[in-house]
Amino acid sequence: MTIAPVVVSVRVAAPPDRAFALFTRDMGRWWPHGRTIGAKPHADIVVEPHNGGRWFERDEEGTETSWGKVLAWEPPGRLLLGWQLDSGFHYDPSFLTEVELTFASDGKGGSNVTLEHRNLERFGADAEKVAGQVGGGWPRIIGHFVEFAGVPSAV
Amino acid sequence: MANSSTRRVGADGFEALGDPTRRAIFEKLAASPSAVGELAQGLPVSRPAVSQHLRVLEEAGLVAKTAEGTRRIYRIDPRGIGAMRAWLDDHWRVAMTAFAAFAETEAEREDEEGL
Repeated sequence: MTIAPVVVSVRVAAPPDRAFALFTRDMGRWWPHGRTIGAKPHADIVVEPHNGGRWFERDEEGTETSWGKVLAWEPPGRLLLGWQLDSGFHYDPSFLTEVELTFASDGKGGSNVTLEHRNLERFGADAEKVAGQVGGGWPRIIGHFVEFAGVPSAV
Repeated sequence: MANSSTRRVGADGFEALGDPTRRAIFEKLAASPSAVGELAQGLPVSRPAVSQHLRVLEEAGLVAKTAEGTRRIYRIDPRGIGAMRAWLDDHWRVAMTAFAAFAETEAEREDEEGL
């Protein structure tokens, strides 16, 4: 079974090369606070600028928590990230879903940035595994979910 | 209300939970698997209405039913795909909106600094 990918597009007031740089280099500055998985708030979020680079958050004490890796580093038009957080929001190097970003000029000095998070069906088999573990993924997902479902969508 | 929501739902669990009664049902099922009658007892809606809400939640991949004798027991879909997808959908909308706002602020700052 294939689950429809999550696709989100936004218009950004910067040309593609600049938007790509802001997205990657400054992720720790724009990422919504509280939506990270480390034990402490993030001080930075790092996307290492090369194929195979790491994607992780770092707290103020320097503790790093992995999220995934860079599958394709292709500035200014495309970035392919591997999201390796399972349905319990734990880093699992054997688990991977793809997050693809494309940065396209809007012809007016800005960009259309589109994100596609796909391979979501992989969460299914994984969730069954996680649900079998003590303190597994379900309570946590539902907790996040209900919390966010209570907040009006940003769109 | 249920009808207009139903049409919009599709595979989107987040929208399916936009309805307060469906959220209440979902949360009850998260706490314990139940039959339709048990769910209806604690809610100010009729049993057919509960069935209708369950159908929407089922189509969104949020709940699944199993037969136990003559009863159908509803529970949170153990595959979790619907909830996970809905969470990610919401998450990326919030994150990308924050990114666009950040880029806007940076562009304004650069303009002011004459970069």
